[in-house]
Formats: sequence, C-alpha cells, structure tokens
Amino acid sequence: MNHLLSVNDLSKEAAISLLTTARELGVVSEGGHKKLPTLRGRSVVNLFFEDSTRTRISFESAAKRLSADVINFSAKGSSVSKGESLKDTAQTLQAMGADAVVIRHGASGAAQRLADSGWISASVINAGDGTHEHPTQALLDAFTIAEKLEISNFEFTGLRVGIVGDILHSRVARSNVLLLQKLGAQVTLIAPPTLIPVGVHSWGVDVNFDFDSAVGNLDVVMMLRIQSERMNELFFPSAREYSRSYGLDKLRLDRMTARSIVMHPGPMNRGLEISADSADSQKSVVLSQVTNGVLVRMAVLYQLLSGASSL
Amino acid sequence: MSRILDSGDIDRALKRIAHEIIERNQGISDLLLLGIPTRGAILSERLARVISSIEGGIPSGTLDVTLHRDDLRLRPPRPLSPTSIPSIGIEGKIVVLVDDVLYSGRTIRAALDALGEIGRPKSVQLAVLVDRGHRELPIRADFVGKNIPTSASEKVSVLLQEIDGQDGVDIEAAK
Repeated sequence: MNHLLSVNDLSKEAAISLLTTARELGVVSEGGHKKLPTLRGRSVVNLFFEDSTRTRISFESAAKRLSADVINFSAKGSSVSKGESLKDTAQTLQAMGADAVVIRHGASGAAQRLADSGWISASVINAGDGTHEHPTQALLDAFTIAEKLEISNFEFTGLRVGIVGDILHSRVARSNVLLLQKLGAQVTLIAPPTLIPVGVHSWGVDVNFDFDSAVGNLDVVMMLRIQSERMNELFFPSAREYSRSYGLDKLRLDRMTARSIVMHPGPMNRGLEISADSADSQKSVVLSQVTNGVLVRMAVLYQLLSGASSL
Repeated sequence: MSRILDSGDIDRALKRIAHEIIERNQGISDLLLLGIPTRGAILSERLARVISSIEGGIPSGTLDVTLHRDDLRLRPPRPLSPTSIPSIGIEGKIVVLVDDVLYSGRTIRAALDALGEIGRPKSVQLAVLVDRGHRELPIRADFVGKNIPTSASEKVSVLLQEIDGQDGVDIEAAK
C-alpha cells in the first residue's frame, strides 16, 4: 500500500489490520498522549484546499505523536490564490522532501490525480475529495463502533447502521458504506429522496425515507452534517421541516435501543440535524470519534511511512 | 536442519533460568517479567508459571518494541503486537525482559527505549532462551537457556507449542 485514496484500496484484512494497529498504538501511546519515535525524520504535508478543523488537526497530531515533521499548507494565503496549479504546488512540496501528502480538495478525484500523475513520489492520503471519499473518517468511525459496542475482532456481521441526512453530498457516507459493508454490517441510508444519490440501488444498502420507522431498529445512528456550502439548490422546503423529519431530537433519541450509539463526523449543526439533547446525551460518541481519529491516522501514517520506501 | 533443543531441554532451561532469576534477585519482590512478542511473550508466561510454582505469583506482561526498532525503513511495515504492562507499573521495579533469541541485540535496544517511555525501572535484566552471538551492540543477557555458536548465515528457529504446535529449537544451515 503506497497511498490511501479510497476505502476500496483496502481489503477487509488490510482494514482490520489498520484498525488493530490503531488499537495497539492507543495502548502504547496511552491514548495518543505519548510521543513515539517511529517516524522521526519523515515529513508529512497537510495540503488543504478546503476548510477543516478536526481532520487537519487530527492528522497533525497523529504525525507529531509519531515524531514526523509536519508542514501545514492551506490554500488560503498561499500561492494557490495567485493561480498556482495543483501540479506546481505538489511539485514544490516534493522538492521540499515530503514523504506523505495529506490532501483535502473540493474536487472529487483530486487525491487520485495527485497519486497517479507521477508529479510526486510521496504517499498520498485522501483527507476528503469533493463528494467522493474520506477513508480515514470511515476507519475512525469503524474503530469507534467497535470500541463502544465491544466488538474486538472488528467483525460487524449482524450490526445495523443507519446513516442519516445529506447522503448526496457526503464523502463520509460513501466511505462509511464501503467500509461498513466490508466488515459485514448492514447499512440503511435514511434521507429525503432529494438527498439520496442516483444509482444508490447498486450500493447494496437499504434506503428508508422514514427516520421514525427506522430509528428503533438500529445499533448505530450516524448523523451527517447538512452541507450548506455544497447546497446550490433547494433540497428540502425549509431547515425546520428537515429538522422535524430527519433531525435526531429527544423523541427519536428515546426510541433508540439501549446499547445503541449516536455518531456525527462534525462539525455539528445543533438544532438542525441533531438536537443539543442528542449531541450531549450518553449515547453520543462524538468526542470519542475525535480521539480515535488521531489513533487511526497514526496507524495509517505508520502503515504508509514506516516501511522501506521502495515498497 | 538439526534440532538443538527439544521440548524437554526447553523445559529444563526455563526451570534453571527461573531459579537463577530468583537467586540473583534474592526472591521475587519488586520483580516483573516482560516478554517481547511473539515468542518472547509466550516464554515469559511460561517462566512466570515456573517462578510462581517455586516462589509465588509474579506479574508478567508483554512489551512490543516494533515502534522503537531502528530497521523499520529496511523492511515492509510490520504489524504491531499487543503491549500489556502489569497494573503495578515498572516504576522502581526490577524488570526482566524475556525473548527467544538474542542475536544482534537491536531488539533489546528497542525494548530498552520502549521501557524508557513507560517509566524508570530500578534495573533491567535480560533472559533469553538462545544466545547465538553476533552482537552488533554492547548488550548481553543475564540469563541464557543455551549458548549456540552460529555463523551469521545460519537460521535459528524457536518453535513453541502455543504457536507452532510443538516445542523445539532448530538450526538451519546456510543455503
């Protein structure tokens, strides 16, 4: 494995191995608080063309806890705003000796382009490309599910996961569907018809337009952010109507099963897709997702960067 | 390929090492065993059982050294093995590291680094089943099951019931 562009780059075994590595890293670094010398002398560039708080910080902490050097690049305030192309930017980074490039870009396929183009020899990690994929988010979600529901071997057979909200624009949903299915879970997409992508029947998932009928039968309720920045048209009549039909409020939270958990990739729109009650409830594992994100990204960096560079 | 230690030899070596550890430390107070995965961890468990039968219970754990190795960049990525430090911690304790084969000494150097990350033991001792020589670092074992002179091109394999289905130490000549 040279790059991590899509969940499909990982076999089921490779995914489980990454998740197991993340767990062991959690043990030896005491939850990611202790610094390990493993990637000393390697450098990781965070190449962010889109805004991000937790993903960038998460990758930065992960790299630093493995003693790698981190260079943060955000498109704002860089030569990109002078019109520099992705190619020139990437080659500049290469010339500075980057071993891995963590890229977030608004265009679907940007990470693939960077990896396949031959512009750079560094490992490319996709940290979100347009509406395509966000593989490390899926890994950290799977890790969190396994931790909270005590599934130590990462075999999710029989697990029922509902992904609720803006499926159409969500790279988190795409990556999660791929990974959760790989691990054996049964995925239900819950959204208004306007936010369900075309061709969803080929994904092998269930689709339900009625959140109320589904909420009591799920082990995991994964809420998605309503991405107002990607909404150029009206997908639902009003925010209030969306919230009424697809928001996770107190009533729906109370109907969830006893052991079930609530997830959200962040940032949350409190009062829109998730009520403050639900976000702060015992079932909410949002902060564990953040903590685990660092461990999973440490595992990915370890896997991509620790071995011989010619492999 | 020839067998240099059979199952009985391994048992006897572990019993002797157990007695030596107890003798050297005048008992087992403040003592704990840490096995280096994979086979060192199993040997450490066995050693803990033998010591327990002689002197009473002794804490035993595992210490994965992969993240501290200096040869990570020379090989494909290695999967990590579990680390479990006994709840009493290593601070001020006498830690006996247990491994199957002592060769270049680099694994033990990595183990010392890994220990340093966890705490400051009072002292660290090393027990190995086989010492095959060819050290590349100034490291020696305190307790040795068997010294086996080898050439660098030979391959020493330790087989243990729990993983390999049988006990034994084999030496394979250079190809």
